[in-house]
Amino acid sequence: MIELDSIERVFQVGDEEVHALKHVTLTIDKGEYLSIMGPSGSGKSTLLNILGLLDRPTSGTYRLDGIDTTSMGDNEQADTRRHRIGFVFQSYHLVPRLTAAENVALPLMLSGMAPKERHVIVEQALDNVDLLDRAEHRPDQLSGGQRQRVAIARATIMQPTILLADEPTGNLDHISGESVIEVLEALNKQGIILIVVTHDMDIGERAARRIRMVDGSISKDVR
Amino acid sequence: MRVGDTVRYGFSNVSGSPVRAFLLLLAMSIGVASVVMLSTLGEAARLYVINQFSALGTHLLIVLPGRSETTGGAPPLLGAVPRDLILDDSNALLRGSSVSRVAPIVVGSAPISFRSLEREATIIGTTVDYGEIREIAISQGRFLPSADIKRGDAVCVIGETIRQELFGGERALGQSVRISSYRYRVIGILGDEGQSLGMEMGDAVFIPVASAQALFNTESLFRIMVQATQRETIPSAKEDVIRILRERHDGEDDVTVITQDAILGTFDRILKALTYTVVGIAAISLAVAGVLIMNVMLVSVSQRTSEIGLLKALGGSRRQILILFLSEAALLSVIGAVSGILISFAGVSALDGLFPTFPLTTPLWAYVSALIVAIVTGLVFGIMPARRAARLDPVDALMRH
Ligand SMILES: Nc1ncnc2c1ncn2[C@@H]1O[C@H](COP(=O)(O)OP(=O)(O)OP(=O)(O)O)[C@@H](O)[C@H]1O
Ligand SMILES: [Mg+2]
Repeated sequence: MIELDSIERVFQVGDEEVHALKHVTLTIDKGEYLSIMGPSGSGKSTLLNILGLLDRPTSGTYRLDGIDTTSMGDNEQADTRRHRIGFVFQSYHLVPRLTAAENVALPLMLSGMAPKERHVIVEQALDNVDLLDRAEHRPDQLSGGQRQRVAIARATIMQPTILLADEPTGNLDHISGESVIEVLEALNKQGIILIVVTHDMDIGERAARRIRMVDGSISKDVR
Repeated sequence: MRVGDTVRYGFSNVSGSPVRAFLLLLAMSIGVASVVMLSTLGEAARLYVINQFSALGTHLLIVLPGRSETTGGAPPLLGAVPRDLILDDSNALLRGSSVSRVAPIVVGSAPISFRSLEREATIIGTTVDYGEIREIAISQGRFLPSADIKRGDAVCVIGETIRQELFGGERALGQSVRISSYRYRVIGILGDEGQSLGMEMGDAVFIPVASAQALFNTESLFRIMVQATQRETIPSAKEDVIRILRERHDGEDDVTVITQDAILGTFDRILKALTYTVVGIAAISLAVAGVLIMNVMLVSVSQRTSEIGLLKALGGSRRQILILFLSEAALLSVIGAVSGILISFAGVSALDGLFPTFPLTTPLWAYVSALIVAIVTGLVFGIMPARRAARLDPVDALMRH
């Protein structure tokens, strides 16, 4: 369960202060499916980064399954990211010199799992996104949709409780975007919290809970 | 993260930009190879000089007329001209209990001729003991006779070069040659032992010391070679020599005694210092390679910013990222060092082919220190880029491409 309580995020740009998030209070239950929409610069990515522990709020508290994350040290946060949070980015962020299988295995490698054990898990994860036959391909040998599915396989390989997707279909055509969203929704059905930031109305409307952000605040929260 | 994975990951980065990696490895291996090769050459020079000195003979002392100023002590009295060494001095030295052999030496240059052929030669007047002390090889006949050293027999032993030039294919032994205006019978030919400490033995002509004194019209000796009974008695032999000559020279310390060990030790120190200096200069190239490593790693960090952001998003800790980048730098320097050592193998064996008589052996410390210095350089110069990578803000890093 995610509990955000009056989260503020202020960026210092020169002499000016940019209030990217203003008193955001939000509770997300286990297994929820959220979409976050809103105009550019409204703070969607900033919110997602804070949820993913990539960024720290200027003030406010963020409790993850009852544990205050703001008091965690860097290592503890890294550990939490590794085990509980998965990221999917608009630009995939695959390592270009590694194969699909190696990219998917990265979190397992960071956690110190032996190569033999990794192999089975990676195969299963690639099979889940229907890319078993592309395991030895490098990112530049894959289509955009395939790359994003590799990224999803990587994001879920540690079986996290939260999956954060920042415009996952932003670089994709309609059909591959559709298949990516279907993969994400299938994961949500298995109980993962799915939070999708998107500009696409059709995709945003699919979520059970739809949040609209304007100017750093939540303006609408529809279930 | 496992060690194997860390190395493999670093290796995939190194091989990802082969040209850059190659240039870096080239710089590193040149540095390592020059350290190893220069220390090999320095060590070889040292061994060469030591061998040459050992070839002078064993447990040797050399007595020179005149007091060497470098030995310190009281300044010579005003007008006190050092006394010459004469044959009686040389004979007297045999009284020393630690002295086994004594060879007085008179050296000069004179023309030697046979029939119409003439050439300049180095004339060495000495005794049979000289041959024993210096272990001189004889290819035909024998060395100087062991007659009374004050008797100047008209015999000579000639070097191989002189034999060839004066006699050609003709038999030299028993022939009569002329040195200046004296006639000498050839009783021996020196073995073809080549050069000994800068003196060409092929050009040498040995005659009895008394004959040389007559030839050059001088009483005084160039120097006296003294052989101690054994290695351990060299210091007491030196004391014997100084004591005996002081008695004979009215209490005056007017000779210099050099021991072979002292010369050896001095050369040893000089050449070692020289080797270390040259190797130290070569090590600077390793530092340059280190700066290159730092440069490459900095470029790598800024090129792979988004990858670092990704690793952080996937749960990589600062420490893991620091270790990843440090091991990449270490990997580069280890590969560089190993290829440098391989290059130096090739270089040393090439030199060995060119100079077969030069004792080329690479000291173990050269390999070990080159390897250690290379790895330490890699790590030291890799720290800054690695820390930069570890400290990157993940959000910033992910935004950049
Ligand atoms: N690192 C930063 N430094 C300064 N200002 C920032 C930084 N990151 C975000 N901002 C500012 O915070 C505000 C919110 O940015 P954010 O990226 O969250 O918007 P967004 O809703 O994701 O927009 P978009 O739909 O274009 O992705 C913007 O005004 C942006 O300029
Ligand atoms: Mg955004």
